[in-house]
Amino acid sequence: MTTIDVRGLTKRYGPDTVVDDVSFTVEPGQVTGFLGPNGAGKSTTMKMITGLATPTSGDVTIGGRRYRDLPVPLTEVGALLDAGAVHGGRTARDHLLALAASNGLPRRRVDEVLARTGLEGVAGKRAGGFSLGMRQRLGIAATLLGDPRALIFDEPLNGLDPEGIRWIRDLLRSLAREGRSVLVSSHLMNEMALSADHLVVIGRGRLIADTGMSEFLRANGEGTVLVRTQEPGAFAVRLTEAGATVREGLESSLVVSGLSSDEIGRLAAFHGVALSELTPQRASLEDAFMELTRDSVEYQGVAA
Amino acid sequence: MSTLTSTPTRATFGHALRAEWIKLRSLRSTWYTLACLFAVGLGVTSLALSSAGTDYADASAADRAAWDPTNLSLTTYIVAQLIIGVLGILVVTSEYATGLMQTSVMATPRRLRLLAAKVVVAAAVAVVAGQLLMLTSFLLGQAILSAQDVPHAALGDPGVLSAVIGGGVYLTAIALLAAGLGTIMRATAGALATLVGIVFLVPALAGLFPSWLEGLIDVWPTRGAAAVLATVPDPEYPDPWLNLGGMCLGVAAVLVAAFVLFRRRDV
Repeated sequence: MTTIDVRGLTKRYGPDTVVDDVSFTVEPGQVTGFLGPNGAGKSTTMKMITGLATPTSGDVTIGGRRYRDLPVPLTEVGALLDAGAVHGGRTARDHLLALAASNGLPRRRVDEVLARTGLEGVAGKRAGGFSLGMRQRLGIAATLLGDPRALIFDEPLNGLDPEGIRWIRDLLRSLAREGRSVLVSSHLMNEMALSADHLVVIGRGRLIADTGMSEFLRANGEGTVLVRTQEPGAFAVRLTEAGATVREGLESSLVVSGLSSDEIGRLAAFHGVALSELTPQRASLEDAFMELTRDSVEYQGVAA
Repeated sequence: MSTLTSTPTRATFGHALRAEWIKLRSLRSTWYTLACLFAVGLGVTSLALSSAGTDYADASAADRAAWDPTNLSLTTYIVAQLIIGVLGILVVTSEYATGLMQTSVMATPRRLRLLAAKVVVAAAVAVVAGQLLMLTSFLLGQAILSAQDVPHAALGDPGVLSAVIGGGVYLTAIALLAAGLGTIMRATAGALATLVGIVFLVPALAGLFPSWLEGLIDVWPTRGAAAVLATVPDPEYPDPWLNLGGMCLGVAAVLVAAFVLFRRRDV
């Protein structure tokens, strides 16, 4: 079992605290989504996990050991922090061959990961001519070389077309099913809703949430109810009197918050109002995230 | 996914060395740079010696006494050191330019081992290329001189082998200096500019330096350290291998700084 254990991790660059006392655990067998707005400290945290950056304080262990103490690193952790990090003049196969050699992995692993990522056909081509999607696949092939128990991907869906996004999503799910610990960062919440089981949310370097996906939605998404009736104006007044907040929705519908659909139904029956629609709206992960990180985004746009 | 059967229990320096060799040989730029080293290096030799016949005919008795056909055929080192320096720089900086250094450090988190593997591979290539260039340049140069009927040397003549081998050692040391500069600067342009400053600019301005800096000039590239390439002893440098040794110590100091920084800095 390889868990990634992050304890009190802090990174300061001069006066700036980029990561501030962050602790969380990445468990095997599930996809942990690592969320936060741009500049929240996700990449810096991932660099500290993989030993690229030294923490100012706190520590990270992978299966109980620090990254730089791993005897054969690629067999324990596969990490893709930057898909562009390939020398454009080297072929895909040579790139993987050099990485495999550095950890003494057998040569056939190169062909195996090329097959798993669908790159057999371009193995002999120089990576400089690869599309972003192909580079992403090559980067992922590299992470799988050592058949590692833990995987770390920084924004793997960035810049991909829908087919590429689906492919990576399926891959993440299947890696977790194989019992591996998978940590995936993203700044796009709805993408995570489809692939992550667990969420770690940070904003301005601080941990905001560390929770299961469904608990996160329940706790953070203030649900609304869509209501349609022949006399929206009159019913809106009744709803407000009952303590709800009412907004006007599309096509003279009402968007109600503060009351459950059950309570709204009973209120309508009590006043003899005929409802043509009564639909609880599940809060989107996007909304929940915006709600949660509102105070911690680095640059906020002003609504015109 | 299949399981690994022949995975080692521990990644070693040998593994890192093999990986660096694969990286270096799998880039076309490596071979272009080496081809360029020989094309330019030997080209300079043949150009420089093409008028040796008239030079010798016009020379005074004193100049004829100082006539050093070995040294003449090896002056191409001046250009060659820059090209072999580019090779040394690129071993490190090409990985910073592409971001590949992150991948390399994750695969080999023991950073001293990683950098040592790069330096050893660069040194191995430089030793072979440098010695081969000096030898071919000597042979080509002597052939040109003999065709013009001016005094020329043979490999067995006194001091010749020492000069040719010394030239190869000199070029290897420059390649290592370049790799160290590349590690410290993390950028090709900065490292190359520094290398040019060291091998060309400082020697050109040496006359302006205060006297207490003269000891440094005695071991400086293109100056004292290059005295090893001569077979006619220079009274200023009676024991040129010591001067070359001094330069090697300087290169070692740069490399130590490079290792310390590479270990401490975030990637």
